[in-house]
Amino acid sequence: MNHLATNFYEAASVILFGIGFMNLLLQNNLIKKFIGLNIMDTAVYLFLAAKGYIFGRVAPILTNGVVDADYYINPVPAGLVLTGIVVSVSVTAFSLALVQRLYKHYGTLNMDEIMKLSREEEGE
Amino acid sequence: MALSEKKSFWQKLKAWIDGEEILINADKYISTREKPELPHFAKHFSTENVRSNKKLYRLMSVFVSLVFIGIMLITVTHLPTFGEASNPSNNEVAERYLEQGIEETGAINFVAGMILDYRAFDTFGESNVLFLAVICVVMLLKRDSKNISAAEDQENAEDDVFDMEDLKLILKKGSKTIAPLVILYGIYVVLNGHLSPGGGFSGGSIIGAGLILYSAANGQKKMQTFFTFRTFTLISVACLLTYCGCKSYSFFTGANHVGYEIPKGVPGAILSSGFILPLNICVGLIVACTMYGFYALFTKGEI
Repeated sequence: MNHLATNFYEAASVILFGIGFMNLLLQNNLIKKFIGLNIMDTAVYLFLAAKGYIFGRVAPILTNGVVDADYYINPVPAGLVLTGIVVSVSVTAFSLALVQRLYKHYGTLNMDEIMKLSREEEGE
Repeated sequence: MALSEKKSFWQKLKAWIDGEEILINADKYISTREKPELPHFAKHFSTENVRSNKKLYRLMSVFVSLVFIGIMLITVTHLPTFGEASNPSNNEVAERYLEQGIEETGAINFVAGMILDYRAFDTFGESNVLFLAVICVVMLLKRDSKNISAAEDQENAEDDVFDMEDLKLILKKGSKTIAPLVILYGIYVVLNGHLSPGGGFSGGSIIGAGLILYSAANGQKKMQTFFTFRTFTLISVACLLTYCGCKSYSFFTGANHVGYEIPKGVPGAILSSGFILPLNICVGLIVACTMYGFYALFTKGEI
């Protein structure tokens, strides 16, 4: 339990991930579902950023001319977060475009209604 | 029979790309076509069942999420302590990037040196993902003869009238002063990507925000005087090809020890660090075009 308090960034990111997952499962509105997905993405970025941090060190940009690995935090998670953000933006844009097409066709964003209407359409 | 067999390869290919069925023996096919039999579960699956199980579903999803959070929290207690220098993630890879990054890449921003030199192909993939996403959105949302409705047409016409008149005075006057500053700041962030925090992705987003502000204030018509779909494709493809060419060159010469090295310059100067500056500019232009493209396609359905 004590360890959970020291690792509170990781704990917070895990809880945030769970909230996003719950949102994904519980929401009926498609746009709110994608908001849940984005909350999950954010939790992953928080986790990665927390993994790279080291107490008492500075950001990985040359400061005071010191070239020493013991002076800077880990730069690798920063690059990974960058990749994650780009992919999440692309996926969100693509899924929102699909949602817009669904809305144009069915006139609703409710998942259940869309399923019902599409089943009726297939039945005809 | 004879007629259908005559379909050439190109016609078949065209039909396949358009998603049509290739009609070999067309008349026979039509006469025997029946409705496909629904699988067993689909026949007995009705929305009424879903409605009655709604409560159970909600309870179960909350339960599953809570169990999930619990398991992950137990995992977190076994993770190495936060912020310790001796953690396994701070290994020799990060050490190498930090100690020899300046010498090998010439960039004093270690992250820029990492993503645009050591791991440049990763960033190339990211730019391609962005370009692909915008192409997919174009395919889904671009307004053409098949994807148009009278109501939307009228809405767009009304929007154009609003844009022409001086109705959005505060927005127009404000954007006239703010948009150039925003774009200028974006250009600064892109050009200083190897010297300070920022780089292609963040600077490109800022430039995109400036373009969106200008477009929101002055309307699509005014925007199209200098930024059309053609410009968008040209800039994106040219930047991707430049990126690909630069990186292929440095990987080829580097791997074969040919020795045509790009001069690294003095670390800290604006013209330094080899290919990182042009690569940052390419990425920034792609991101700016993509951001504005998303906005234009989602609001008006055309760039």
